Amino acid sequence: MSQSEPILTLENTEGRTTRPSVAPRIRQDQRAQRIFFVITLLPVFLIVVVTIALLVRAWPILQAFPLTDLLFGTVWKPSEKMFGFGPFILGTLWVTVVGVGVAVPPCLLAAIYLAEYAHASTRSFTKPVLDLLAAIPPVVYGVWGLLAIVPFVEDVLAPLAKRWLGGVPFLAVNQPTGFSILAGGIVLAVMIAPLVISVVYEIFLTVPNDLRHASLAVGSTQWQTIRNVVLPQVTPGIVAAVVLGASRAFGETIAVLIVVGNVPQVPTSIFDSAYPLPALIANNYGDMMSIPLYDSALMGAALVLLVVILIFNILSTLVLQRMLRRKWA
Amino acid sequence: MDTHIQVKNLNVYYGKQQALKNVNIEIPKKQITVIMGPSGCGKTTLLKSFNRFLELTDGTQITGEVLVDGQNIYDREVDVTEVRKTVGLLAQRPSPLPMSIYDNVVYGMHIHKMKKDRKEYKAAVRHYLEIAGLWDEVGKRLHDPATGLSIGQQQRLCLARGLAVEPEIILGDEPTSALDPISSQNIEARLLDLKQQYTTVIVTHTLRQAKRLADHVIYMYMGEVIEAGPAKEVFTNPKHERTRQYLEGLF
Amino acid sequence: MGMKKNYWRRRHLMELFMKTLMRISLVGAAASLGLILWTVVARGLPALTWDMVTQSPKGGFYMGKEGGVLNAIIGSLYLALGGTLLAMLFSLPIALYLKTYLGSSKWGQYVRLSLDVLWGIPSIVYGAFGFTIMIAIGMRASLLAGIIVLALVELPIMVRAMDEVIRRMPADLEQAALALGSTRFEVAMRVVTRQMLPGIVTAILLAFGRGIGDAASVLFTAGYTDRIVTSLMRPTASLPLAVFFQLGSPFPEVQQRGYASALILTIIVLAVSFGSRWLASRLNKYTIK
Repeated sequence: MSQSEPILTLENTEGRTTRPSVAPRIRQDQRAQRIFFVITLLPVFLIVVVTIALLVRAWPILQAFPLTDLLFGTVWKPSEKMFGFGPFILGTLWVTVVGVGVAVPPCLLAAIYLAEYAHASTRSFTKPVLDLLAAIPPVVYGVWGLLAIVPFVEDVLAPLAKRWLGGVPFLAVNQPTGFSILAGGIVLAVMIAPLVISVVYEIFLTVPNDLRHASLAVGSTQWQTIRNVVLPQVTPGIVAAVVLGASRAFGETIAVLIVVGNVPQVPTSIFDSAYPLPALIANNYGDMMSIPLYDSALMGAALVLLVVILIFNILSTLVLQRMLRRKWA
Repeated sequence: MDTHIQVKNLNVYYGKQQALKNVNIEIPKKQITVIMGPSGCGKTTLLKSFNRFLELTDGTQITGEVLVDGQNIYDREVDVTEVRKTVGLLAQRPSPLPMSIYDNVVYGMHIHKMKKDRKEYKAAVRHYLEIAGLWDEVGKRLHDPATGLSIGQQQRLCLARGLAVEPEIILGDEPTSALDPISSQNIEARLLDLKQQYTTVIVTHTLRQAKRLADHVIYMYMGEVIEAGPAKEVFTNPKHERTRQYLEGLF
Repeated sequence: MGMKKNYWRRRHLMELFMKTLMRISLVGAAASLGLILWTVVARGLPALTWDMVTQSPKGGFYMGKEGGVLNAIIGSLYLALGGTLLAMLFSLPIALYLKTYLGSSKWGQYVRLSLDVLWGIPSIVYGAFGFTIMIAIGMRASLLAGIIVLALVELPIMVRAMDEVIRRMPADLEQAALALGSTRFEVAMRVVTRQMLPGIVTAILLAFGRGIGDAASVLFTAGYTDRIVTSLMRPTASLPLAVFFQLGSPFPEVQQRGYASALILTIIVLAVSFGSRWLASRLNKYTIK
């Protein structure tokens, strides 16, 4: 590594190595640098190690069945050696899509308001609110979902949908309870809101004011300026922020588990129950050791989760790092 | 003298700091007025009070009146977008929008829906690029990104973009300070050409530019207007001691 | 001259419409915090008794009889404290190394990318990972295992938060120290650490708050027990799991206690959040602005 160079120049140019205190200090510096460097490699290694560990544990199931059977199979009966992840993967996708769909429009609007319109006082009031929202533990979100959102879906949204939206695809009401994809999606939407809002807000701040002023100077309204000048600049960042939010929703376990019903079926409507992958892992960790291949299947589920999230995360982070570098440079 | 802009008892505060102190001036129609003075004297603040750009900064307070053709632009019922359409601004650094050359010129016209069809827009783009002296250079590549132009060309493009919404007044906030000498000359020449049709107000910190352009001069110091009058009088026979010192280059 | 405002023009209507939508969205986002807190307080407070926070479960607790969740409170505090300390051990050197040696070089970018990616890995995956390792080395669910996995969950949160504040440190301060003949290590330890103390403390408390609320990672690794944990090698209860298990009970009294436990957890997390704010503003006095 090139990090040792500055120290050499220090010794060479100053030529003061004879002074008693300098040499040990430089040695200390070099030693510290080596230790620091090793520790810094830790995060990079950790990703690799986690992936490999899960892969090793999932290997038996990957050997026993072709990958397509695992991913697209729809029957899950571990005691009969049937391990189809299909319903669970679909459940995760449904919940994620609904969560992101509910979250994105208001989050975008709120972030634009904060970045483009809000006074400093509004901003300084909003930041702690978002911080607190982000600090609330998932299980508390779950309690809230159970007490507020599930009844809301059951008593308000589902009857409304039944009455007015009967024939619309994906909106049919097939079950009496509110433990549903929609309930999970709403809870997820609130959970990812602070992240999406703050990332989008940061992205908007990277657009130089000169551009806004150029547009305002010819007499456009603020919304026209945002629509025509600012938004085209930040579109990749917004997409990245949404993908980041989606990956967060994809892996959320406890909060979704509490409200989504956990019925291993292929959902057809947002008012259906579903059984997402993380819930599958969390609910069955206890008895998985007794059935052959079961634990391997669950680790396979964790691996699927990990791989999808790694891809989402790496892509969105690369885009965001590039866009935000301007600010950090 | 026909007055176009009249400023009455204008005070501007940034937070607690007062940037303009009780300014009262008149700006003549279809002439070039130059605002000059040492840096930090409030020249740009005064200029930006004419198109209501001051309110883009949080915590700015404005009292007093700015009348354009007798209408106070700070009046409650006035439409700020109309003010900015009437009063165009040429910024210190050229700020082409991140789109094509054509789209830059057409931008404001689209915003105000000023033309009927594509043909009219095309003709207008050509017209204003010609006025800005840019047509010969970019006429063949109108759909290239504007950011690819040289910095001097960018500033002329910004001029064309500003003129395209048919303003009556052009404000220039040290419009040549970021440019090389040749581009500066080019912009100055445009401004002199245009003064028959537009009321022009320019902020500058170079005395020589002021002398080249000005029909009318406002000299400011520490947020106050020290002296204002026809260029000839102010330059040859300043009434005020401070103005004389400034003109002699004492500070 | 027509400068009078006509509110019925399309663009003004559009401006008003979008601005109203935006305001509603922002108020909605802020209001959801209020809704959550209101729900948890309104449903949790009636069941929150003194016994809840001073006693461990007694016989019949899970049928609605006597006892409390002290075992889970203590367990969670141990888990989060241990996890935070362990994460600190690694995250402070990483953050300092990023600042003083890597800066915004290519390697710095890679490390930050990997941190962001780690940050995005869901805690259930960390839990599963911890579990596979535990099986491999023959370790049982225990406080120690929970602490290690929580440290993994907290590490990226902590480093990212530290990195955010540390990179905002004025460059001339670092340069001044280097110019005085300090080595980079000394700069890191003396100047950066001291100057960035408020930010570092905030980062640590942020990670602590995340750690204490995390359920999915300790589910596999820390186990659950009704007794207050006394050894690193013993399993321990934790508050999020206490909430989770009580919610699943068929007895209404137990569910009520689940809400009360959620309230206790919320209060702890909010206290940590406000505490870090307060502490940061106190510490701010001793740094150069």
